[in-house]
Amino acid sequence: MKIDSPAALERYCEEVKARKARYPYRVSVCGGTGCQAFNCLEVYRALEESVEKNGLHDQVEIKLTGCHGFCEMGPLMYFQPQGHFYTKVDAADVDEIVKVTILEGGEVEKYLYKDPVSGEKVHVREEVPFYRKQVRLLMGLNHLIRPQVIDDYIALDGYKALAKVLFEMTPEQVIEAVEKAGLRGRGGAGFPTARKWRICRDAPSPDGVKYLICNADEGDPGAYMDRSLLEGNPHAVIEGMTIGAYAIGACEGYVYVRHEYPLALRNLLVALDQAREMNLLGKNIMGSGFDFDIKVAVGGGAFVCGEETALIASIEGKRGMPRPRPPYPAVKGLWDRPTNINNVETWENVPLIIRMGPEKFAEIGTENSKGTKIFSLVGNINNTGLVEVPMGITLREIIYDIGGGIPGGKAFKAVQTGGPSGGCIPAEHLDIQVDFESLQSIGSMMGSGGMIVMDENTCMVDIAKYFMKFLCEESCGKCVPCRVGTKRMLEILTKICDGEGTPEDLEALEVLAADIKAASLCALGGTAPNPVLTTLRYFRHEYEDHIYRKKCPAGVCPALIDIVIDQEKCNGCGACAKVCPVGAISGEKKSPHSVDPETCIRCKVCLDRCPKEAIYAV
Amino acid sequence: MEAVNCSCQQRFTPVDDLRPLEEIVEKYRGDRSALISIFHELHEAYGYLDEGIMEELAKRAGYQLSQLYGLATFYTQFRLEPVGEHLIKICHGTACHVRNAQGLIDEAQRTLGISPGQTSPDRKFTLETVNCVGTCALAPVVVVDGKYHGRMTPSKMQKLLKQYMEKGGTGGDED
Ligand SMILES: Cc1cc2nc3c(=O)[nH]c(=O)nc-3n(C[C@H](O)[C@H](O)[C@H](O)COP(=O)(O)O)c2cc1C
Ligand code: SF4
Ligand code: FES
Repeated sequence: MKIDSPAALERYCEEVKARKARYPYRVSVCGGTGCQAFNCLEVYRALEESVEKNGLHDQVEIKLTGCHGFCEMGPLMYFQPQGHFYTKVDAADVDEIVKVTILEGGEVEKYLYKDPVSGEKVHVREEVPFYRKQVRLLMGLNHLIRPQVIDDYIALDGYKALAKVLFEMTPEQVIEAVEKAGLRGRGGAGFPTARKWRICRDAPSPDGVKYLICNADEGDPGAYMDRSLLEGNPHAVIEGMTIGAYAIGACEGYVYVRHEYPLALRNLLVALDQAREMNLLGKNIMGSGFDFDIKVAVGGGAFVCGEETALIASIEGKRGMPRPRPPYPAVKGLWDRPTNINNVETWENVPLIIRMGPEKFAEIGTENSKGTKIFSLVGNINNTGLVEVPMGITLREIIYDIGGGIPGGKAFKAVQTGGPSGGCIPAEHLDIQVDFESLQSIGSMMGSGGMIVMDENTCMVDIAKYFMKFLCEESCGKCVPCRVGTKRMLEILTKICDGEGTPEDLEALEVLAADIKAASLCALGGTAPNPVLTTLRYFRHEYEDHIYRKKCPAGVCPALIDIVIDQEKCNGCGACAKVCPVGAISGEKKSPHSVDPETCIRCKVCLDRCPKEAIYAV
Repeated sequence: MEAVNCSCQQRFTPVDDLRPLEEIVEKYRGDRSALISIFHELHEAYGYLDEGIMEELAKRAGYQLSQLYGLATFYTQFRLEPVGEHLIKICHGTACHVRNAQGLIDEAQRTLGISPGQTSPDRKFTLETVNCVGTCALAPVVVVDGKYHGRMTPSKMQKLLKQYMEKGGTGGDED
């Protein structure tokens, strides 16, 4: 089927919608990477069998889709129009679930989500606290789409924004719409998207060639929202990029995908083929006379390649090292041509803006930060998952209302945003609004969307060391302040964690931090000290405990803790002594055991073996 | 959607068989930017970037050997050694770190006697740390031969590794 005009797209869309309307029911199973680790594929297979066996194949449309967001509770099943939402589904029960929910019109009590606060079962998905406060403009499409089926996207008015742009708008009008919507880049720095597009549009090119790039490198080591978008809804990225290409005057685009994302890569490649086959990509798109095509480049696993000039070098087949800017890529980028780079989530917002209208889009969010942002809410949090929230929501709402708070009744200590370039935010700032400027004002940043929650058992010096180690390994080594500076900072942090810190170390960290920030070539070095600086600012007492008292108050740093057995609680079962790799635990059977601090290597293998929870790190 | 779990038991071409290399070189002939793609394909064919293969590549496609190694060592994705029989990947993303992934790494190092990035002398185990495998809800996560083991603790890790060491087995339970 070739689409040769907006009218043809309209007709095709109506056709697909009519075809779908014939099914009274729809069941969607989350097939994201997170749920696959929970064996959701077996659940889906059981669903296929059950639908077949019960003769329901012309009644129920079944889908294995991209990520539904609530990764904590997988495998997930969502029934429409009933709205029932089943969590932690066991494949063995799927036939029963189908019979009860569809044939009998009931619900399966056992699999309904239980609100941990009220203790009550929640009957429909929209009432689940995790979803209630979210505004899922982008993520909300995932459960409706089989990523490798273009019809599912077209049924949701997919590619109509592109048709509108190509046939009813001038490139300048498209840029104005993006400007009016107030869209800012979701890849980290929040640069206004329309401004970047305009610079690139206005930049001269010797042969008229300009490029677009979608940055899907997603290097933040605790975040996976870009992957879920690309994996779950690749056509939205393609549509967004094609609209951007028309606005900028680019003829070719690249998606730079992290190598660790095989499923996203496969879905994207299939989607590109489908779009080309239907004339929604390639030459003379939809009969408009506009040509644009997209290629895929696969990364090699280097964090610095998320930086735009390094990314360009990597696409060119070189070592991914940043170069000084200016000239900015918008003026001189890939193969020395003007090149516009945006993040996956930024691109997915583009068709949305055209579809809903820039004014409506701009109603969501705050004065200077518009629309929604997807966060990967992880760490010591009850509801791990991907959450899409309106800009301006508070951290407290995200962590407590959506995330369900801290597990195990433990105390909240900090939330880290912005990945290795960001900072740790303490409890006193939980009521701050989540927008680009507010997060920066307290020393952190929006970043690409990592949000890691930490409880009282997290050592902030250790966290600073963790990020510094990451950055030190990922520094490309081109400039001295970053290459050597991160190493020196890591040495000092390691020394402090090993109990050999001295009072001068804190000052040395601060001096180094200032130098690295000022003198590094790219933002990897330029932001590398942030995790250290924010922990020094908000958790200085923890550094001081390590240095002066030689104690790690969170019970993390091996050199500064002791493993002790509570003599009251211990019943002498001996389980700990059996697993201790160095034989440091001794005691008579059935009487309290104890740990020899000289032999003990603080590996904590014994801790979770104790049925009485009698072993502690202090 | 398809399964994401890779099967590490996949059969690789032995490195003395140069046919895949020839095909890949032909496919990208004339494309100077293709080196990273060439590496990815060689990796898929042979399982790692073998020294002999790199020499052949330099000869046949007109690269300097130093240029090839410069690129291969810059990107962490490329291995210069074949993996062992079992590939143990410990996620050391931030979410896993705050749930004690370091304890798992220490335990694996102790039990297997190798550090991340190394393969045991008997070629039975390769130990690697990786960044976020996208299953943070299960943190901390260990992936053995493509199979996910979530909510790990040092003692569960000890048990899991011992199972593999004793029986060359298929690993323990999921929880
Ligand atoms: C070290 C480093 C890593 C980065 N990693 C990413 C990344 O993984 N994904 C991303 O979209 N942007 C990343 N960026 C930001 C990009 O350089 C660039 O600003 C962004 O892709 C622009 O897109 P946007 O305007 O849509 O945000 C990184 C920047 C630096 C300095
Ligand atoms: S700041 Fe670091 S990563 Fe950036 S160019 Fe310099 S050495 Fe490379
Ligand atoms: S950080 Fe380990 S799975 Fe995400």
